[in-house]
Amino acid sequence: MSREGALHFQPDSKSGKSDAAIETNDLTRRFGPLTAVDGLTLFVPRGTIFGLVGPNGAGKSTTLKMLTTLLPPSAGRARVAGMDLAKNPREVRRRIGYVPQLVSAEGALTAYENLMVFARLYDVPRGERRDLIRQALELIGLKDSANVVVKRYSGGMIRRLEIAQAVLHRPGVLFLDEPTVGLDPVARRVIWEHVRELRARFGTTVLLTTHYMEEADELCDSVAILHLGKVAALGSPAQLRAQVAEGATLDEAFAYFTGNTMESGGTYRDTARTRRTAKRLS
Amino acid sequence: MTPHELAERPSASAEGTGRLAPEGEGRLATVTAVRAVVTFVEQVLTIAWAETRKLRRDPTEVFTRSVQPVLWLGIFGVVMSRARAIPTGPVGYLDFMVPGILAQSVLFVAIFYGISLIWERDLGILHKYLASPAYRGALVAGKAASAGVRALAQAVIVGILAMFMGAHLRLSPLPLAGALLFIVLGAAVFSTFSLAIACLVKTRERFMGIGQVLTMPLFFASNAIYPLSLMPRWLQVLSRGNPLTYQVDALRALMVQGGRAVIGCGVDLAVELGTLLILVIVAARLYPTAIN
Repeated sequence: MSREGALHFQPDSKSGKSDAAIETNDLTRRFGPLTAVDGLTLFVPRGTIFGLVGPNGAGKSTTLKMLTTLLPPSAGRARVAGMDLAKNPREVRRRIGYVPQLVSAEGALTAYENLMVFARLYDVPRGERRDLIRQALELIGLKDSANVVVKRYSGGMIRRLEIAQAVLHRPGVLFLDEPTVGLDPVARRVIWEHVRELRARFGTTVLLTTHYMEEADELCDSVAILHLGKVAALGSPAQLRAQVAEGATLDEAFAYFTGNTMESGGTYRDTARTRRTAKRLS
Repeated sequence: MTPHELAERPSASAEGTGRLAPEGEGRLATVTAVRAVVTFVEQVLTIAWAETRKLRRDPTEVFTRSVQPVLWLGIFGVVMSRARAIPTGPVGYLDFMVPGILAQSVLFVAIFYGISLIWERDLGILHKYLASPAYRGALVAGKAASAGVRALAQAVIVGILAMFMGAHLRLSPLPLAGALLFIVLGAAVFSTFSLAIACLVKTRERFMGIGQVLTMPLFFASNAIYPLSLMPRWLQVLSRGNPLTYQVDALRALMVQGGRAVIGCGVDLAVELGTLLILVIVAARLYPTAIN
């Protein structure tokens, strides 16, 4: 992992405190004979926006599910927001925010109600709830639609609400699974702006998965290209491009490192889901 | 407050416990346990609260689901009352039947409640709940309470319609409160059962199939429309294993003028609560597997 070493700070072993927001060591997940994530070792410093890119089936979603405690690893260890994933999943959950790829806001509730449900589930003290919800709505630009039922929202608004929901309790680490899938280019840029602002205001570390090379290029400080459950390449978008050829696009870098194009892979179920999400959001 | 300070807060208090003198530990363990219970209850109420909001915005289902019980009472009930074929003691057949039909309509709401889990799984809502620090048991019990909310709305409508049809129902506060409790409990038991099934079968089609297979046996293998004493031995045994029987038994005593519980309200309550507890534990175990 020489590329990693060159790129990132290593944890300060003397003080015992680490700069890592996310640290994985040989993280592995098997489904029967299939190894979806194969010995993943990653180091994501605090305050960075980190992208996991790769075709369907590369192990992005499985990695995200493990890091958000939704799926127990088959082997390996990970620390998220300073907490051990296996030993203390509940404390990890307190410290992270998560926006699933699929639509996760309740359509029959208003934005305010959606936020209130999560303020309560995250044990935000009673006296602070209204204030935090108001701040979140302002931050994400939904103040005027707070009492509108989410069914009537546009795709971009739903995503923004979901991000607001995920950062309501001010998590140290925010996980975004394909945050702009199915959104038009304008809505996509708005989401990028909000992600950058979150990082700037609260120092939130963001780990996102994406299919869009443009997104990784624009938004991420570092990118890991996953291929068959392993890290095929790691570095800043500029570094990755430079390794391939002068003036190469990230798409070309991706093809170079995986011997693959973005279109490959994906099961019937994945495809159906992605399309359904895209349809709901548009 | 910076994000990190806010995020670190829970662990800071956890470290605090460790530093205390030994004699303070017992009391602190109690405080921690009490706080956990309060949090659990609040999480359950939060999910039920969201359900009442949804129900208020779209109550159609409550009304459409009232059609079937009305047919049972208005046609089956009226004809069987005339036939006087079923010995129901001092109360008339319609009165005898009202708690059974009410419990049946609650059963139908609850036994298909698991479909909401599959729906939420497909959407991604479930993922977000499971990635939150909420107790798994509270997520399940919250769903059960939500089904209870729907069942209550349902029961009020069926109850009122039954009175219009001439059923003699008790309306004094204490029995009424008891009846409402048993309605919520019945809904909670069967919806939790339904959630556990949904976690196992994972697809809508299979789930609907299993739901259809379960409803009628649960209904007929109970004292809902005929007394236990009238059943052949084998059916009595089955009925005694059916939570619906205990729910109906208690409802008869609590709702109907002159009605009485054959098994006894205390036993009924214990069976319902015990079943609910076991089902919540089982479903909470299964819950995280629903997304895979």
